[in-house]
Amino acid sequence: MGAVTAQASIEQIRADVSRRKIFDKLFVVVGMLVMFSALLVLAVLFIDLVQKGAPRLNLEFLTQFPSRKPERAGILSAWVGTSLIMLTTAAITMPIGVAAAIYLEEYAPKNWFTAIIEINVTNLAGVPSIIYGLLALGLFVYQFNLGQTILTAGLTLSLLILPIVIVATRESLRAVPRPIREAAYALGATRWEVTAHHVLPYSMGGILTGMIIGLSRAIGETAPLITIGALSFIAFLPQSPITAEFPFLSFAWLKDAFTAMPIQMFNWVSRPDPEFQVNAAAAGAILLGMTLLMNGIAIWLRYRYRKRINW
Amino acid sequence: MNQSTPISMAGSVPGLAYRKLRDRVIESLLLGAALVAVFTTLAIVFVLVRESLPFFEHVSLRDFLTDTMWTPLFADARYGILPLVAGTMVTTLVALSVAIPCGTLIAIYLSEFAPHRLREVIKPALELLGAVPTVVYGYFALMMVTPFLQKLIPGLPGFNMLSAGLVIGIMIIPYVASVSEDAMRAVPNYMREGSYAMGATRFQTATRVVVPGALSGIAAAYILGISRAVGETMVVAVAAGLQPNLTWNPTEPAATITAFIVQVSLGDLPHDSIGYQSIFAAGLVLMLMTLVFNIAGFTLTRRFRQAY
Repeated sequence: MGAVTAQASIEQIRADVSRRKIFDKLFVVVGMLVMFSALLVLAVLFIDLVQKGAPRLNLEFLTQFPSRKPERAGILSAWVGTSLIMLTTAAITMPIGVAAAIYLEEYAPKNWFTAIIEINVTNLAGVPSIIYGLLALGLFVYQFNLGQTILTAGLTLSLLILPIVIVATRESLRAVPRPIREAAYALGATRWEVTAHHVLPYSMGGILTGMIIGLSRAIGETAPLITIGALSFIAFLPQSPITAEFPFLSFAWLKDAFTAMPIQMFNWVSRPDPEFQVNAAAAGAILLGMTLLMNGIAIWLRYRYRKRINW
Repeated sequence: MNQSTPISMAGSVPGLAYRKLRDRVIESLLLGAALVAVFTTLAIVFVLVRESLPFFEHVSLRDFLTDTMWTPLFADARYGILPLVAGTMVTTLVALSVAIPCGTLIAIYLSEFAPHRLREVIKPALELLGAVPTVVYGYFALMMVTPFLQKLIPGLPGFNMLSAGLVIGIMIIPYVASVSEDAMRAVPNYMREGSYAMGATRFQTATRVVVPGALSGIAAAYILGISRAVGETMVVAVAAGLQPNLTWNPTEPAATITAFIVQVSLGDLPHDSIGYQSIFAAGLVLMLMTLVFNIAGFTLTRRFRQAY
């Protein structure tokens, strides 16, 4: 009698469990579906840009200045501008970002002062990019009189990606195990020697990854550059960084006016003429391709370094 | 004979004094770099306040907050921030209606269901979604999403907040998903094991143990998503139109705070004009809005990290 009811209730529980397991399977399907449709959007977007921009995706497009005639307009000044801005941004962000991260991770005492710096870094990561544009307009353009130049753009984007670089660098410094530091201290190394000779070399991969991610963010930023007053119609190139005479390097280009890829694209997108939309698609395909490439390199580097280092 | 002579270490290590001095100098240089973050924040506040002060001398705070028209570039200028705030809120709400369900589902799937190898591949791929330049998303909203929506909703104008909001939603999915997933992974395994031991399925464990346990972190993810959506500029500037319009209807065109700043920056207003100063006032409002969300988000994330 009792055995029969136990048997029945076990049957019931089994039925119940198998019914509930259907939800499990259902959720896996729904989860995969949502995830892959999100990724599909990215693929569709890229393919569409390449398809629509195909008629303009050629060498001429890269070697011509912007023009009123859509079929003659190119992105020469835009990609040169973007390259020089990225160079400036990298040169400013790399030392400051890494130094700030080293301070916070290796030197900073645990007190309210350090807490303030840390809160600032996290908060800056959440400030909308257009606010950085307003900061640069008020500070660099009008206060320091730097004008609407490549230097201003580089400084602005540096401030924008500084939190990204600091956070990435800190994470990779934190991944270096304590015993390595302690061994170096035991041999009489000073704090800087420990950091420079042991911790930094191990974390170089992570720092590089963070830097690339930061730059890939900066390369697509449009709003702050528009806010500082970047022009979209620039039919000349900045002065060449390499000169014929000694010392062969010139920094005069830092003070030149500029346009950049995302600004050029925005300019074309906002024109009603459908011919210009082809140009916008072509510029977008190149811009998106560059961003995806940089992110791809970062992912690959992260993967490689993680695999190679066995503490 | 064998008596060892005590050697004095002090001063005998060559260059120690120099190395110690170098360490001091380097430490202060590093501190200087870290202080750049503090100075940036101070500079943002200083610039926004200083540049918008002349604006508030001209426009009373009462008009600014209650007037229903924002027409600083017209001859008959009105300075009510409400239409811009409304536009910002509508696009944000539309974005959240995409990002919250999708982001949460993806987070639950990745944290509780996905095999390890799949997660390793999917996570970086999802991050790419957040790395797409925003101006490219603007093109996507204007040239692909709007024409598609026009087939579904006849009479939808070429510029509308709906398509801009939807695309911003797609853009912030990775932020929502990755912060929520972190929170879910912070739920200790013994809680899951307890649940399984009671005969619960994965789905039950996920929805009744893990999600409630990670609730503050998930809330933080949503709030950080809101902050992103509020500050998003290029998608709305391209696809939502630049006309301030006090409406709650997402199928209408309207300008957001950020779109207005872009519109003024594209023109060439003189530095001391009121229209120019108005972008700093608008920026101040934007900054305050995102600051509130950021502080709330970070407080909540800190809480979930300390909970276990």
